[in-house]
Order: sequence, then structure tokens, then C-alpha cells
Amino acid sequence: MKVAELAARLGARILTGENGTDREIKGVYCCDLLSWVMSHADKGSAWITVHTHMNIVAVAVLAELSCIILPEGIDAEEATIRKAAEENIPILSTGHTAYEICCIAHDCGI
Amino acid sequence: MAKSRMDLHYEIPADDFARAGEASSSVKKILVQLGIDPVRIKKAAISMYEAEINAVIHGGGGNAEVTIDADKIVIRIIDSGPGIEDLELAMQEGYTTATDEIREMGFGAGMGLPNMKRYADELDIQTEKGKGTVVTIVVYFHQQG
Repeated sequence: MKVAELAARLGARILTGENGTDREIKGVYCCDLLSWVMSHADKGSAWITVHTHMNIVAVAVLAELSCIILPEGIDAEEATIRKAAEENIPILSTGHTAYEICCIAHDCGI
Repeated sequence: MAKSRMDLHYEIPADDFARAGEASSSVKKILVQLGIDPVRIKKAAISMYEAEINAVIHGGGGNAEVTIDADKIVIRIIDSGPGIEDLELAMQEGYTTATDEIREMGFGAGMGLPNMKRYADELDIQTEKGKGTVVTIVVYFHQQG
């Protein structure tokens, strides 16, 4: 499933504009320890995190993640959004909890 | 890749989490362009990122010197920070000296050095109390032995 399609199913706002929304989501990974994410998340995963600082973009680029999803209506910092758009990593913000995001993604066949 | 050799140099700014990871991201992009095996790129990128973050958090910033040739990448991260007091302890997963503030950002899980050891083909750490730390990471582009 493409990032844009999952965003629609989550009722999520895409903070980063069009960039990277056609990327394919191959799985979902939920964790807030950056080192852990980098060494364990599979390539192409959508990453659920509560962090909003710019380093989440570096982690997503290095681990080749498909997008970042911020749960519970969290907003990202402006600099983070800019950097993510530049790197083609979409950031989605949704009112759902991490658990609900996983359930919806599962229902979508991810 | 031909016989060519590439030398890269990056500055690692102190306490600047916004820019932390830029050097490793840049090196990763170069390796992708060179057509290196993605598994090898991941090893190099993760171990370099961890060393870079350590230099930002603990080392007061520093420098990255990277050499890429036909069969390997050698990454040296050099800082003039306080040095690692007990290297054996620091190598243990979960051990950390990071502050609460750093940990709240998702860093400081005590996984940096263990991750480097896990992903680097060769890892050498020279550290001296009060003088700084030099981390050397080697990743080969082809399976060794």
C-alpha cells in the first residue's frame, strides 16, 4: 500500500506535502529508541514514533523507512518537516494511538 | 568501482542534534551511488551514525574522516571529549552515561557501541580520559573469508 493510501485510511494529515507519498509501505514498526529502530526496523516500514526532532529524519533515511507516523495528534517541528520533505520521507500526523494505527494498517493488509 | 579512492571529511558539530546524522546520511548516499551491496551499506551507515551521535552527545563534537576504496570503507570519528571512562562497561548493551534530557530524545539507550560492534567488520576504539576518543570502523564490501 502507498503512503498516501494509508494516510487516507488513518484520516492523517500529511505534514510534508506530496513528496514521497507514492512510496510503498512494506510493514509497520513502532518504537521510540532510535538506535533500536535503526538496527531492527525492516526497510520500507512505516515508523510510528512520538519523537518530532530532526533526527527522526536521519534515522528514517538510514533505515530506508517509507514514512514516519506521529500518533495522538502530535505535530512535528517545522525544521523536521522541511528536512523530511527534502529527503522524501513523508510525515503523517493522526489522532489515532499507536495501537490503533497498527490495527488499521493490519486491516489494510500491511 | 575502479582503483579510485575517495577521501571525505565532515565536521561533527557539538550538541547539534538537528545536524547529527548528516555525515552518515551523506556517506550512505555516496555508497548507494557507487552501487555497493545494500547489506554492506546498512552496516556502514548504522555503525557510522552511532559513532557520529556519540561524538555529538558525549564527545563535544569532532570530525569524521572517511576513506572509500574498491573493497572497503574506513570511517574514523575523532573527538576531543572526555574519553570513555570504562570501555568494557560502555560496550555492554544498556549501559549509558547519557542525561535524562538526551534519553527523552530517544538517544542514550546504551546501544551505540554495541550496535557499532555488531555492524562493523572491524572496530577499534582508542580513548584517553580527558583527551578524547577515536573510533575506527571498517566495513568490507565483499564477504570476508
